[in-house]
Amino acid sequence: MENIFWGGLQAVLVLALAPLINGIIKKIKARFQCRRGFSIWQPYFDLLKLFRKDAVISEHTSWVFRAAPYITFTTMVTITFLLPVVTTQVPLNFVGDIILIIYLLALARFFMALAGLDAGSAFGGMGSSREMAISSIAEPAMMLAIFTVALTYGSTNLSYIVQSAAGETVLLLNPGHFLALVAFFIVALTETGRIPVDNPDTHLELTMIHEGMILEYSGKYLALMNWAASIKQLVIFTLIANIFLPWGITGNPSLLTFGSAFLIYFFKILVLALAVSLIESSFAKMRLFRVPELLGASFILSLLALISVYVVRGF
Amino acid sequence: MAFYRFSKTSNYLAQGLAALGGVLGSVAAVEVLFYQQSFTLALPNMIPITKLTLTVDSLSAYFILIISILATAVSIYTLGYAQEYYASHKAGLLGFLYNFFVLSMVLVVSASNVVLFLIIWELMTLVSYLLVVFDHRQGASRRAGFIYIVMTHLGTIFITMAFMTLFYYTSSFDFADFKQIGAHLPEQVKNIIFLLALIGFGTKAGIIPLHIWLPYAHPAAPSNISALMSGVMIKTALYGVIRVILGFLGPGPAWWGITLIVVGAASALLGIIYALMERDIKRLLAYSSVENMGIMFMGLGAALLFLTFGQKSLAVLALVAALYHAFNHAIFKGLLFLGAGSVVYATHTKDIEQMGGLIKKMPWTALFFLVGSVSISALPPLNGFMSEWLTFQSLLQLGFKIPSGTIHILASLSGAALALTGALAAACFVKAFGISFLALPRSEHATQAREVPLNMRFGMAILAVFCLALGVLPGPVILALNRVTELMIGTVSLTGIKESSSWFWPSIHSGMGEISTLALTIILLTLALAIGLLPKIIGGKTGVRVSQTWNCGEKLRPSMEYTATAFAKPIRIIFKTILMPNREVAATYQEAPYFGQAIKYQSKLKPVFEDFLYHPLTRLVIWIAHRLRLIQTGSIHLYLSYILITLVILLLVVR
Repeated sequence: MENIFWGGLQAVLVLALAPLINGIIKKIKARFQCRRGFSIWQPYFDLLKLFRKDAVISEHTSWVFRAAPYITFTTMVTITFLLPVVTTQVPLNFVGDIILIIYLLALARFFMALAGLDAGSAFGGMGSSREMAISSIAEPAMMLAIFTVALTYGSTNLSYIVQSAAGETVLLLNPGHFLALVAFFIVALTETGRIPVDNPDTHLELTMIHEGMILEYSGKYLALMNWAASIKQLVIFTLIANIFLPWGITGNPSLLTFGSAFLIYFFKILVLALAVSLIESSFAKMRLFRVPELLGASFILSLLALISVYVVRGF
Repeated sequence: MAFYRFSKTSNYLAQGLAALGGVLGSVAAVEVLFYQQSFTLALPNMIPITKLTLTVDSLSAYFILIISILATAVSIYTLGYAQEYYASHKAGLLGFLYNFFVLSMVLVVSASNVVLFLIIWELMTLVSYLLVVFDHRQGASRRAGFIYIVMTHLGTIFITMAFMTLFYYTSSFDFADFKQIGAHLPEQVKNIIFLLALIGFGTKAGIIPLHIWLPYAHPAAPSNISALMSGVMIKTALYGVIRVILGFLGPGPAWWGITLIVVGAASALLGIIYALMERDIKRLLAYSSVENMGIMFMGLGAALLFLTFGQKSLAVLALVAALYHAFNHAIFKGLLFLGAGSVVYATHTKDIEQMGGLIKKMPWTALFFLVGSVSISALPPLNGFMSEWLTFQSLLQLGFKIPSGTIHILASLSGAALALTGALAAACFVKAFGISFLALPRSEHATQAREVPLNMRFGMAILAVFCLALGVLPGPVILALNRVTELMIGTVSLTGIKESSSWFWPSIHSGMGEISTLALTIILLTLALAIGLLPKIIGGKTGVRVSQTWNCGEKLRPSMEYTATAFAKPIRIIFKTILMPNREVAATYQEAPYFGQAIKYQSKLKPVFEDFLYHPLTRLVIWIAHRLRLIQTGSIHLYLSYILITLVILLLVVR
């Protein structure tokens, strides 16, 4: 019974924390650009403002457009309930494994792409088309990195993977592990729509893949979409943090262990946010048709990771 | 057919009886699967060399179940769809051929005698050929039928050769005598039979590179027939492969499984990439069938590999994945073809670039097509996800449990290929659904579309409900499949998939992972309800105003929407080495190129398989035929002397 409480608490924490991570990344980027930037709490104020506003939707859209934000947000919240964030005791363990999580992300993307086409504008169509193309190329890279992890620990069940990973201490010395981390990080940049794949700050048609699909949204729909995007980003960061850098996660949660595990988790997320901001500030967005080359590199890295896992372990 | 003048009566009679037959068939199949081992029926002696028997064992019963369910739904659909043929009085003929087609498919999977199997197989091919050229007044249909019949007969030759080889070694025509005969056959013979069966049944299944008839034949046939062809006829080929390779030959060398996995992965990838480039909605669905057959062959290949290494329980897992996907594919591809048929019925065009905005004119069809699209993209919690999850798990187990380096790498690469096809399938069906149903109508065809009659909607609704049920409640299907695998692989303690005595499972274990789609659905629905209230809680009461789409200040016109070709363009560019697109741009202008009048843009894909494989082969055959014309002089005396020489040689050899 206790596990349900801690499992639920960690999911709610992810929901609450997601906009903060966005704010932190924006602040760090602003500092790199020698600006003061917004306060890190600004995304919360933005969400509140959007929830209070009326929504304006196009007369050409259908129920798919109005349903898509709810479907996207529901899927993201469901994923947070399946994820070991601070504790590995996830009560909903039996519902699904990491393959389910990847396909839930695909479900959200499916309806977002449909919503982009629904308004009938070229911006939405372009965003949907590019999003589906790039995510298709990212899928095998992501799946191969996941396979590497699953084959190392012999299970696709996330709690089990994180528990086993937390048990081994010389993890990062395993070359396969490190290569898989780099490969998965590249995929994470793609999935969260960061430079060098997509630019989350502008609304120009050449640089907006995610922004293009949600261009027609306003009011509470836009709030739900933005919040869902930041939850997706935090979920992917959590996956990296807990699978590849699993120290600090707690097996049996109590108030003290949960608190300290949460602080360690927050620190890991901050490190990842700093890494993302560094990359965003150092690189320019890639030409669209160079992105498959980048994801191809990620695929090769995963393949090398897999081979090295077998070499180290013995075939 | 007797009532062909009274179109409506003949339609209702034919389809009503077909639907009744479908229901009875599913009941019988369920009974065989769960309560009885099998039942055999001996037909009266019609051929002197052998007696003809029909045996319905678990494998046959499973396929009969799939055929019956789909036939029932399609029959109800055809009650309304055949109205198109009332004017030309062809509805009776359609009903006759349709019933014959379903009967032949049911008989094919229950035949337990080589001669009977081949007769029924030929019959099935002929009836489906007649159905493909049903609109025979159009040249495209005739050409499609021609390619179809040639390819299928090539396949039948290989199947016949495989069966003849088996006859040579067992001196019997009965399937019962062939069971597990592989243990007693020499290695080379086993390999030959494997290859013959693979090519023969593979032609019917539509795997690369034997697939070229599929994109011609399935769009040419009437949509209800396409649903049946794509849904169950190509599954009979899968049945043939399982029966011959798993049932007769048994475990074999590792390269069998590797070949199947590689062929399956290639079919899956190439099938979906070509599907993405199509703008004809039925050709898109036909290529997507190639993709799904590839996925089934991947599961089958994994099962063969597990058997080679003696891992019977994991072979069960892989076989269950392949067969579950067969069931799922029949249901959602049938649903999608029926949806496409409804759209074509309403708009009188197959080109998705002429459609648009149909969701407002045909809301029910749009909903069912959306259910089919979400299922085929393997999105939880619908049925496509369940079988794809099982396939992933079996590929993962290949990498984990088999002690061979190459197979580890193969398993991981095929897992990545499966992930790629899943994502591309989602892209394909976002395009198919989004361009056809959403946004504004792009042409007159789409503007005057109306919702289809109630019986067509009801047929689609049955399949949509099955899509949902098979995804959320996988328990009964896996119990049924346990019976099939018990038969094909042997009674094993199923550590692959945990057995339970109840039909209502909380979760499915696969040795490496665990999933419960029922719990997932309940969670999704509860959270959706809660999140529906969330905006009100946070923001208070807000309104929704309706206005125009932002279009940089201009009024939105249909020509400003994204087109299907444009949607698929990034993928066309990414995969250009496979697709080999070429494009022509012709600009007409007056006086100088800066004052253009019109630009003509044409983009084509090179038909790779036809150009590199089939055309050279046909040219070779025609060249040989030309050379052989030398012996055809027209002189009777020469022909008589040919006969004399042949007789003498035969007498010498046989003595």
